[in-house]
Amino acid sequence: MPLTPAITDPEQLKNHPAVARLVGWKPDAITGVKFDREEMTISIHRDHIREASILLKEDSACSFNFLSDVTCVDWYPSEPRFEVIYHLLSIPEKERVRLKVRLDSASPAVESLTSVWPGANYFEREVFDLFGIRFTGHPYLQRLLMPEDWEGYPLRKDYPVEGYR
Amino acid sequence: MAHLNPTPVLEPGQDRTLILNMGPQHPSTHGVLRVLLEIDGETVVRMMPDIGFLHTGIEKTCEAKFYQQVVPLTDRIDYLCPMTNNLCYVLAVEKLLGLEIPPKAQWLRVLLNELTRINSHLVWLGTHAMDIGALTVFLYCFREREEVLKLFEMVSGQRMMTSYFRVGGIALEPPLGFFDRVRDFAGYFPSKVDEYENLLTGNPIWTMRTKGVARMTAEDAIALGASGPTLRGSGVDFDLRRDMPYSSYEKFQFKVPVSQEGDVFARYMCRVQELRESTVIVRQALDGMPEGPIKADAPGIVLPDREKMKTQMEALIYHFKIITEGFAVPAGEVYQAVESPRGEMGYYIVSDGTAKPYRVHMRAACLANLQTLPKMCEGKLLADVVAAIGSIDIVLGEIDR
Repeated sequence: MPLTPAITDPEQLKNHPAVARLVGWKPDAITGVKFDREEMTISIHRDHIREASILLKEDSACSFNFLSDVTCVDWYPSEPRFEVIYHLLSIPEKERVRLKVRLDSASPAVESLTSVWPGANYFEREVFDLFGIRFTGHPYLQRLLMPEDWEGYPLRKDYPVEGYR
Repeated sequence: MAHLNPTPVLEPGQDRTLILNMGPQHPSTHGVLRVLLEIDGETVVRMMPDIGFLHTGIEKTCEAKFYQQVVPLTDRIDYLCPMTNNLCYVLAVEKLLGLEIPPKAQWLRVLLNELTRINSHLVWLGTHAMDIGALTVFLYCFREREEVLKLFEMVSGQRMMTSYFRVGGIALEPPLGFFDRVRDFAGYFPSKVDEYENLLTGNPIWTMRTKGVARMTAEDAIALGASGPTLRGSGVDFDLRRDMPYSSYEKFQFKVPVSQEGDVFARYMCRVQELRESTVIVRQALDGMPEGPIKADAPGIVLPDREKMKTQMEALIYHFKIITEGFAVPAGEVYQAVESPRGEMGYYIVSDGTAKPYRVHMRAACLANLQTLPKMCEGKLLADVVAAIGSIDIVLGEIDR
């Protein structure tokens, strides 16, 4: 399919069930929306990500009951530097939505979603391990893939590809 | 691991637990999985998988490569389903580019993906049965797997690290006689599945070791992010091939096997029936294989044919440019998921408009599936841990990346 320009106007996207639900709850929580390449992205304020996930999970119209993935993108050197990305899937509605939280490098911390989906555990540990994002309320925030005594966060953009030698 | 340390001094009569280290070189861990077990007699009190031994930083490496150079890396994530990883990656990049793929390439991709599923499930079945003690099945499974690997070698020149799919299509036209050989294989393979089932499904020892063992409810499976046969074994009827189709899967008719029990046997039945369903899809792909090109008409992205390169100036220039400076991908982000033999394999790719991906993230189905292991094993017998590990079909290369 040929590319069409991304839609970022909240007015045009307000009929999407996830956007409608979040706007109806707390319009300030949404910092941006984007519909691009058939995929819906909602940027959420960092303080509201856990409550927003609970809403989307338990709402009957969208019921995003499955957390597919948690990851992060480092936009070094711009600020806010980190973008934590959650991919939610609705098994009954066969629908996906992407949630985003921007974090600055001074305090790269966000609330953990392990209380909403226990499956967030390993994904968040991986993001902590490779990006140094702290998930508050995580039951066991330790390195997952790298050795326990490793220094630095390898997937950050200021970390060399070959590593420090 | 501090919280796993047992209390050093025990009062008389107090419960005595012991920390047992399983792996990372234990034969049943299918790679290098280390599991810390806190056991009370024969009962597992607590379980903690420890991973990362195979971490090679593939996601970081991808950021330093051109888009087309990432394809061979994707094979190496999961060495049992290289084509599935190839497919997921190229689909994601094609979505970023907005590229239309010719039908023949799409059908060939489906055909090869189902062969990959058969290959992967055969290795799983053989090793899983061997873990539990049924040694014979392994030899039977590897006999058929050998034929699938030969088919892979025919199309791509490689038995395991195929790297056969390209952004915009597939690398080469399949060789003469390939389709006949696949048809031959699809013809006799169901009778081989009968052989495996004769050895296992009704076998009282097998059923005693698997039925009612390592149960998991549908709610737990969804909450922990399990996917694929691990999820369907718990009664959740969800398969990305049918429910969110990609690469023309909507044009194929197949059943999605689901079992309700949620135990090791249920997951076993799901996968064995998937072997049969994959054969059905392979036959449909052979019968309905469309004619036409195998590469998209996108000169700056898809490498030109060898013949054109020798006769046309533009083709030679495009070839040179793609090899030396890659192709720019419009800025944006996509998440593409496919149903791998193990579950939801997803690629999240962020492009900043250059010829190298800004970020490539792989959603490994096994990483999420591994989280279900403590849920299955805690409070159960130590001997069933091996059956539980086998039943979620882990590949450590994919978990650690």
